[in-house]
Amino acid sequence: MSGAEFVPLSLTPLLIGMFAAVACALPGNFLVLRRQALIGDAISHVVLPGIVVAFLVTGVVAAAPMLLGAAVAAILSVVMIEAIRRLGGIEPGAAMGLTFTTLFAAGVLLLEQSDTSGVHLDVEHALYGNLESLIWLDAIGWQSLVDASALAELPVELFRVAAALVGVCAFLWVFWRPLVLSTFDEGFARTLGVRTGSVGLALVIVAAVAAVAAFDAVGSIIVIAMFICPPAAARLMTNRLNMQLGWSVVFAVLSAVLGYVFAGFGPLWFGFDNAVSAAGMIATVSGVILGLSALFGPCRKRLGAPVV
Amino acid sequence: MSLELAANDGVIPTGHALAQSPLAVRGMTVSYGQTPVVFSVDMTVAEGAMTAIIGPNGAGKSTLLKAALGIVKPLAGQVSVFGKPLAGERHRIAYVPQRASVDWDFPTRVIDVVLMGLYRELGLLRRIRGQHRAKAMACLERVGMVDFADRQIGQLSGGQQQRVFLARALAQEADLYLLDEPFAGVDAATEKAIIDVLKSLKKDGKTVVAVHHDLATVADYFDRVFLINTRKIAEGTVAEAFTPENLDRTYGGRLATGQIDQLDLVAV
Repeated sequence: MSGAEFVPLSLTPLLIGMFAAVACALPGNFLVLRRQALIGDAISHVVLPGIVVAFLVTGVVAAAPMLLGAAVAAILSVVMIEAIRRLGGIEPGAAMGLTFTTLFAAGVLLLEQSDTSGVHLDVEHALYGNLESLIWLDAIGWQSLVDASALAELPVELFRVAAALVGVCAFLWVFWRPLVLSTFDEGFARTLGVRTGSVGLALVIVAAVAAVAAFDAVGSIIVIAMFICPPAAARLMTNRLNMQLGWSVVFAVLSAVLGYVFAGFGPLWFGFDNAVSAAGMIATVSGVILGLSALFGPCRKRLGAPVV
Repeated sequence: MSLELAANDGVIPTGHALAQSPLAVRGMTVSYGQTPVVFSVDMTVAEGAMTAIIGPNGAGKSTLLKAALGIVKPLAGQVSVFGKPLAGERHRIAYVPQRASVDWDFPTRVIDVVLMGLYRELGLLRRIRGQHRAKAMACLERVGMVDFADRQIGQLSGGQQQRVFLARALAQEADLYLLDEPFAGVDAATEKAIIDVLKSLKKDGKTVVAVHHDLATVADYFDRVFLINTRKIAEGTVAEAFTPENLDRTYGGRLATGQIDQLDLVAV
């Protein structure tokens, strides 16, 4: 494929897919180790009612209020999960399942009842985004990368997921030690003066920010898959946390690139006419990677069953 | 009731002793749900001594430690550490949690766990240097685990895991060491290694408090005991407080007379 074709049509969707995948996979490592992986699932579902309510309140499809609505909904869902878990005395997984299905369903109802038919706001979009449509029409080839006027027309989603990725990296870099401490040994961390509650909340908020930014571009299927699959696969490749994060980035990028390529060209190889959803394919590839590492990864044995 | 308790306490600490105590707890009440696990407990840890916290399962031993350290929130109670509020004195405390309280499948190595003990020194972003690694290795040396520094923690036996936790506490270079069941489910060699380290800490003037289960070793290992069954039963030197009557009250008659006789207690 020539630059004249690749740069306008495939470069930005690929980059957005990669950034979104990595931005979700990185905090996903900690969520998986904390047995909170479903929180990613919850967040990406409650984003929908958040966006719908933001639309109903403001009456416009604008990025800022919608992202704000999504973020508020995400944080609200975290509070709801905690409340249900504590007041109901039930396990966290059940509280998460209850929260996100209820809120997502409420979002669907709101969407159907409100007059959003004229705007680009629908359930399909929420589920698998519009990665293929995030193209860079002003580009004419690789030379556009140094052309200021063409660069100005880059899809805004690219900057949004890139900013989320930078934020995620900065958070993990600065708070690495308290995160590791409170994930591994919460009691000990508290005796050191680490505010483990705040650290846990900050992690979920960062994950929510990544989810909201990624959701906007690639839909909730990728968000859910990327929170869990690359970190879980990475855990099976290594016994060291920093290496695990490295592997999760590799797997996230691999999923995004292979998924995008397979979605665009895979069906043609098998004689079908139409491309399939890139988001669906990216999530599928990440699942296949997880399956392969579960079968062949070097650190598959669970070692640390406590010897009591 | 309170008079009776006081009579069993031996010497009631004076204001001065209280101010000096490495760990003083007053009126501590903790409950999980409706039932109090620890009820209105006072404890005054003697400086430079080794104290065993003793009581039956579910008597609130671990909870008392956790509440004193601010890990669980008490309903009521005050804590002072070396006569000052806990918040400013955390650097003087080292804590060894119960081994089973963490997931040993966590992707980390032995040396990294010991380096966690240097968190207060390293802070958020200070780089780990040779000197920090050397300190961590020296702590592993003291518990006989140097050869395991690069192992993933899940590859360790229970006793080895306990030694790693002790090494992490040593890296904290504290004045007060609080250990939650350090001898639970460990092999004899580890038990010996741990008690040797604890005794060397005492020799250096450090204070050691451990939740302890094995009544047979209390007199060998510890100077003082703190008997608890939700309420405080007794507190004092082994000779003063580790008596058949107090044990009987602590365990609510669940210890067979033979068991108590076997302890070979010195009559007071």
